[in-house]
Amino acid sequence: MNYVPHTDKDTSEMLKAIGVGSVEDLFRDIPGALRPKSFDIPEGKSEFEVCRYIKKLAAKNATDLISFLGAGFYDHYIPAAVDALVSRSEFYTAYTPYQPESSQGWLQAIYEYQTAVCELLGLDVSNASLYDGGTALYEAAMMAVRLTGRKKIIVDQGVNLIYRTMLYTYTSNLSIEFIETPVVSGQSSREEVFKHLDDSVAAVILQNPNFFGAIDDYTDIVKKTHERGAIAIQSVYPISMGMLKTPGEMGFDIATGEGQSLGIPLSFGGPYLGFIAAKKECLRQMPGRIVGATVDKDARRGFVLTLQTREQHIRREKATSNICSNEALCALRAVIYLTLMGKTGLKELASLNYDKAEFAKSVLEKIPGVTVKRSSPTFNEFTIALTKNADDIVYKMVDKGFAAGFPLGRFYKGMDNYLLLAVTEKRTREEILKFGDSLEAALCD
Amino acid sequence: MRVPDELLYTKEHEWVSVKGDIATIGITDYAQGSLGDITFVDLPKVGSVIEQFKRYATVESVKAASDVFAPVSGKIIKINEELTAHPELVNRSPYDEGYFAKVEMAGRKDISNLMPSAEYKKYVEGLA
Amino acid sequence: MRLIFEKNAESRRGFKIQVSDVPQTTLPNARYLRKELPGLPDVSELDVVRHYTNLSRLNFSVDTNFYPLGSCTMKYNPKFTETLAGLEGFTAVHPLLPQLSGGGVLTQGSLEVLYNTKKLLCEITGMAGFTMQPLAGAHGELTGVMLIAAYHKHNGSRRKYVIVPDSSHGTNPASAAIAGYQVIVIPTDKDGYMNMTEYKKNLNEEVAAVMLTCPDTLGIFNPRIKEITDLAHGVGALMYYDGANLNAVLGKCRPGDIGFDVIHINLHKTFATPHGGGGPGAGPVGVCDKLIDFLPIPRILKRSDGTFTLDYHRHKSIGYIAPFYGNFGVILKAYAYILFLGKRGLIEASESAVLSANYCRARLKGHYDIPFDRICMHECVLSASRQARRGVHAIDIAKYLIDKGYHPPTIYFPMIVKEAIMIEPTETESKETLDGFIDTMIDIAKLAETDPDAITRAPLTRSVKRLDETKAAREPNLRWRG
Repeated sequence: MNYVPHTDKDTSEMLKAIGVGSVEDLFRDIPGALRPKSFDIPEGKSEFEVCRYIKKLAAKNATDLISFLGAGFYDHYIPAAVDALVSRSEFYTAYTPYQPESSQGWLQAIYEYQTAVCELLGLDVSNASLYDGGTALYEAAMMAVRLTGRKKIIVDQGVNLIYRTMLYTYTSNLSIEFIETPVVSGQSSREEVFKHLDDSVAAVILQNPNFFGAIDDYTDIVKKTHERGAIAIQSVYPISMGMLKTPGEMGFDIATGEGQSLGIPLSFGGPYLGFIAAKKECLRQMPGRIVGATVDKDARRGFVLTLQTREQHIRREKATSNICSNEALCALRAVIYLTLMGKTGLKELASLNYDKAEFAKSVLEKIPGVTVKRSSPTFNEFTIALTKNADDIVYKMVDKGFAAGFPLGRFYKGMDNYLLLAVTEKRTREEILKFGDSLEAALCD
Repeated sequence: MRVPDELLYTKEHEWVSVKGDIATIGITDYAQGSLGDITFVDLPKVGSVIEQFKRYATVESVKAASDVFAPVSGKIIKINEELTAHPELVNRSPYDEGYFAKVEMAGRKDISNLMPSAEYKKYVEGLA
Repeated sequence: MRLIFEKNAESRRGFKIQVSDVPQTTLPNARYLRKELPGLPDVSELDVVRHYTNLSRLNFSVDTNFYPLGSCTMKYNPKFTETLAGLEGFTAVHPLLPQLSGGGVLTQGSLEVLYNTKKLLCEITGMAGFTMQPLAGAHGELTGVMLIAAYHKHNGSRRKYVIVPDSSHGTNPASAAIAGYQVIVIPTDKDGYMNMTEYKKNLNEEVAAVMLTCPDTLGIFNPRIKEITDLAHGVGALMYYDGANLNAVLGKCRPGDIGFDVIHINLHKTFATPHGGGGPGAGPVGVCDKLIDFLPIPRILKRSDGTFTLDYHRHKSIGYIAPFYGNFGVILKAYAYILFLGKRGLIEASESAVLSANYCRARLKGHYDIPFDRICMHECVLSASRQARRGVHAIDIAKYLIDKGYHPPTIYFPMIVKEAIMIEPTETESKETLDGFIDTMIDIAKLAETDPDAITRAPLTRSVKRLDETKAAREPNLRWRG
């Protein structure tokens, strides 16, 4: 064992300095009756052995499928520079930057991340990150409850079901009422939202593009939401911000989302990145760490964690959130990714995603048994209706080498024949054509 | 530490100045000194009703948030809007420019629960 | 350093995007589109690489500096775990793959990692079941309190309160409050333990849970822990174990054996995973038998043929607390670490952590006040009260340590100790490193007597001197504007 550094000589000198006879003496506060009933852990292995074993496990996963699976989590290319930079251990072996003078690198990077998020979403303030898109949406909902003092929330069914379910789980003991409003022809039903929108509503939650991939301009809903004194919240897919109208432009008070597509691997569900940005009026209710610029004794610019009185380590049970550890390293990935892209690159990337998806639509709609839903414009993800059960088709498509999208029947009643397809910049023309051929074959089988 | 003679005080270091039915309220010099640099004052809305010795505001410094209790009961008729942009007024001028709010008092009987300056001075000295 | 935004050179490019192999299509109606591009900088790849490389060099980190930040367990983690977490076989796996029909077979490797880690954590802690989903320690706490709420609700018991000691981490009361409970705070007695008289006075059938950190944030193992647990169970309350300090007692005691009903573990503290400058972490939650049915979905099961599957059909489950199965990349590192250290290695890690903390305590005694001076576990809490009387506060000592190349210990926590300095040397630091740090701390104590100004001036060696935190809070500047 080479992990613990103390030599026998060190140990005996240290014990002598402490004034005890053995290491076991240091544990004398743990009564005999509380000692472990068992501790049946295998003995340690060498680095080589552990790596060999874990590499075998990695090989058991299928990673050679050509993916059209998105549903909120996307297969985008990650530039090598992102991995190289976050692999610097001066970043990843540091803790939360409590001591600003010895953490300026981290603090500045987070300040830059906050700036990038605000720019992306067209809003005033961001925090240093949250766990994921779902918890970010929950935090936004709770901000709205505190800001309005109300407990009713309208949620559009175009919001990812996973996030809606998380909202309900988190608030199950808080007597918050949720009203789900339907998506009609791809778009949020104004009629239904407005029907429920009254002076008791804390927030209206929408997603753009919505779960079916459809894009929308929610300006009208936001306006009506504000007329009722409620908070408008949007969940956003960040890559689409290279093209689509921002939450800020639509007037939203708070925007959140999953930052995974910004240079973070899919990694079977985490670690991911929850981002949140808001109008400055909401600042005091923001959860989590926030970095601010200030000056040092010599008036040089520097960065610190600020507005900490919102947080659990000071405000305890009155804190705006219980969050402590966040996803800083993923936020660093995001800001590096976004700066590598730049404004021009992000726009090109968004266009490429859009064009690929439109191309896929044109290929797929020629296939007998496939109907591309075209009632709403989309970004890089769209819905097709099949003449057969989508679950069965997806199953067959695995054998043909494809992760053929998300069968919507899994989340929505009555949509068993619908399939949600994501087409990122990584999908080539050949892959899309081959996908079309395979789908056609699968439908004929 | 300043303890103006004409004001009344609480054990939680709030002061009140009564003119007719109207009370002006804030926190004492001692309070601002022990809080350090004040960075934010969270005040209730005009029109809200406050109750003697119950929390009605929060003052924040960099590393602490402290509750502020109402020295008298009544309705807030004015808050010190200047504190939003300039919380440092509480440090600089706790009894004047750094006041928190003006209150239309619910009655006069609250006053008997407050300390005159001499008593408060003695109380604070006892804390040291 | 200038911000990356201040290095913008219009139309300079940092990444080459492939030429499109599909036709360009008409954009959607302009009302769906943003009017202006986001104000991201146009910079070259070298600009980005040099910028962030140079930023990284402004940080203290475990790989560059001794980092005895109390309560945070900033130990060294073996590098191979990072390599493993970066294997494409893991990173490229879409989390929805197993939800596709027949998709479970596509992710057997990842499911096996999760299942095996879960089993190991059960054995290490003595708990009956685990969920790997919570994404950080505080997230685990919230999950744990929600499980407790679900349990009481299921049993038709309406309870309003959660008890925490005043020495607890801020996350404990915050998590309890967010889950819908009112918090009762119990003071600490003169020996550093939770005050038993106050505890008993506040414990009744309206208490849902008692949340304890063990060893506590003073680094002390409370020998009356079993009594505390039994009293809580006596009124039907559940016991919550904040596992932030579990690295002190691996193989020495197990929360499950003591009678704790719910536990979270900070994988990034007790097991390998560097903290990443704030995260990601992982906060798996373990439960006793009677709470298993309430665990979040999906549950990972092992079939009789040795394959793994996900179970979504648990009607008593509290639901989804994370979008998927947890911070997989973090869990994988912890798994590799546990396999690497093994039984003996885990026990040695705890022993080393406790030995090192006591060594620091013993050698610093006499130079600093030690409010609860007794054998400690993996961390020791000093007070700079004596130095404060010379005008040298805990924060000044922290800043001076920075100039000497040490990341400061945690200061002003726990809040119940005046001028607290909380030192957690961790299991991986050598005696030479500890001696260097201790000698510096002793020098500071002496300097506080002779030349306090030399300390309060610090730091002088970093890219910035002491920063104006008051200005930062009064005039929030939270993003750059060109």
